[in-house]
Amino acid sequence: MISFGHDEIVKYPFLAEAGQYLKDQGFTLEQFATDPDLQIIVDRAYERIESASQGNIYNYKVDDSSNKDASLPLEVFSFLIAIILLKLAGMNTLISRFSLAEARRAERFLEKDLVGKSNKTNEEFATKIFLDLFSIKIKKNGDYFTIPIADYLKHAVHFHELEWKLINRHVENGMVFLTPHESVRLTRKQLGNYIGTRIKSAQTPKSFQVFEEKVAKLVKMGKKLTVPTTISTEFPPCIKHAIEVLNNGENLSHSGRFMLGTFLLGRGQTIEQIAPLFKNAPDYKERTTLYQLKQLAGETGGNTKYACPSCDKIKSNDLCFAIPECDNIINPMQFGKKRL
Amino acid sequence: MFEKDLKFLEDAFKQYYFDHFNLINVPDRASEREFGYMKFNTGMIRHISIKTDKDLHLMLMSNIPSDVFCSNAYYTFPSMPMSEKDWKEADIIFDIDAKDLKLPCRKDHTCNKCTSCGEIFLSQDGCPKCKSNKIAHISLPCDNCMAGLKKELSKLDKVLTDDLNIPANDIVTSFSGNEGFHLYVKHSQYNDLGSKERGELIDYIKFQKVIPETFGFKKNNPSKSSFPEFDESSWKGRVAKELFGSKSKKSKLVSKIISDGYVAYREKLNEIGKNSIGIKIDPNVTVDIHRIFRLEGSLNSKSGLCKLVCKDIEKFRPYSEACLIDDKPTEIIANCPLKFQLKNKKFGPYNSEKTTVPKYAAVYMMCKGIANSA
Repeated sequence: MISFGHDEIVKYPFLAEAGQYLKDQGFTLEQFATDPDLQIIVDRAYERIESASQGNIYNYKVDDSSNKDASLPLEVFSFLIAIILLKLAGMNTLISRFSLAEARRAERFLEKDLVGKSNKTNEEFATKIFLDLFSIKIKKNGDYFTIPIADYLKHAVHFHELEWKLINRHVENGMVFLTPHESVRLTRKQLGNYIGTRIKSAQTPKSFQVFEEKVAKLVKMGKKLTVPTTISTEFPPCIKHAIEVLNNGENLSHSGRFMLGTFLLGRGQTIEQIAPLFKNAPDYKERTTLYQLKQLAGETGGNTKYACPSCDKIKSNDLCFAIPECDNIINPMQFGKKRL
Repeated sequence: MFEKDLKFLEDAFKQYYFDHFNLINVPDRASEREFGYMKFNTGMIRHISIKTDKDLHLMLMSNIPSDVFCSNAYYTFPSMPMSEKDWKEADIIFDIDAKDLKLPCRKDHTCNKCTSCGEIFLSQDGCPKCKSNKIAHISLPCDNCMAGLKKELSKLDKVLTDDLNIPANDIVTSFSGNEGFHLYVKHSQYNDLGSKERGELIDYIKFQKVIPETFGFKKNNPSKSSFPEFDESSWKGRVAKELFGSKSKKSKLVSKIISDGYVAYREKLNEIGKNSIGIKIDPNVTVDIHRIFRLEGSLNSKSGLCKLVCKDIEKFRPYSEACLIDDKPTEIIANCPLKFQLKNKKFGPYNSEKTTVPKYAAVYMMCKGIANSA
């Protein structure tokens, strides 16, 4: 487990055990609800969530040493109180946005520490965060950092931009070379998830009146962030192509059939509606088709319902025929989905 | 399949298994793997646990399978349904198949069989007899296909050892028993990767979804582009060799790339990935972490040839070395419009005629669907 000092806890407040930290500092939650001098922390906590909900990174300069001692409790406590407000509001959208914003905030410090120009301890601490939180063995190699390919892939698969694909990385002897910025960017989602998990697993505390007004505002804020959508009935080009291949009596690959079946099931069609599409396949057998569709729908086998593969996977299988209307979607199921 | 053909093939496969127990062994950590098999004319039977060679041989003798498979994955409970198996990890596997090479020779050794009326014919249109469009393609691969496959294997071997740092000793290459090769990597740093991550390895190996920036093109300032050098490692060095050929040609070609622009360079990279430097592995095999994979030493029911480990891939001659069924003279009715070679012996073409051939050739043709028992 990572042990940390004051500097680290300001930069990475999510590493602290909230309740225990407050106790260690000689505070109780009740004090934050009743002491007018501590009201500024509750206000700051609210601002921190509000800023995150707007997609901004909460800004605070840790390196300002003249102000460091006074600001330390304020910055750490505002993070911890923000968690309490989020728990009381119970809005998952807000927790996700807050976690991501805090991850992006921590990224800046992590990158600086990783380079560790004048401070070897910071570099070691940052390297340890990579190992303990993300199970990544990161090593310095000149101006770059190297990460084993397998570790890299476990994180890079969450990106949709082509630049993160292994083929677009410098790879040598089983290692991927990354700049310090790329190294920390790689783990943003996991860091966000880590913070989110810690918030979700924290106990919901007792509410106090001073919190209630802010919690009500947060609930209102969270509701505004949920966007209703509408889905068109038009099929994406990959699905149209698959149907065309079958209609022509040509062979559609196994992955093509999987894509078609899972897509149509996902769009709410029944097995009986889908099965006739495969009648023209050269190897058509009614029994096999029904069996396979039932497997996809999770009606047989391990009750696992299979999801439509991603556009990325469909491209890898040469089944993608993207058109402008695809509009950078990442899964065929999103085709024609518009925000109202 | 006709009853008589079925009986003949089952007898031939049983004889092979009985004579070659020494070639068919359970792999290491057998108790953590799922086994499966198929019989002629039936579907797949899987979720089986086999722990020892003795159990495996007993299964072969009692069931006479047409194909035998074993998982590359390791499970806590291999014989439970998939969702309850408790997946631990899976060895990395690759399949390179002659059909994916799209070689020009393929049309010369492929015939068609109508799945509606059974007619066998060479023309590329629909069935000449019943006009059906439901056609199965039957390929009898040639030496050129094998040379193409060996070239792909050598490219794959280089990427695995140089780029992915897999020790050469950990890579096992086998002839699939039909028209491809399997490459198996045991216990590597990649064993605990899921499907999605393996998909990334596939794109890397196939050299696909490449962006021009990776290979030096500066979109906003093309004149400042810095293209790969010949001595660079991994794909950069390979791309330099493929694009520029020799150092003397480089500066002229670089000017052309810059004047042609970003999109043209992207298309060029896609084109060399698809047609030359990218390795033509079957993505569906590598991505599948629950697959049961043909077992070494077992027969392939698409050909009657054996899946065999290749010690020296360059010298390996699959249609001799993997042809292990005996040569007892066998009378068949062959309808094979193509010539082919097994164990250095030439066969065909046959025009629905009664002929006597060694048992291995009879099995080969019957497995391919171009002959019946006489």
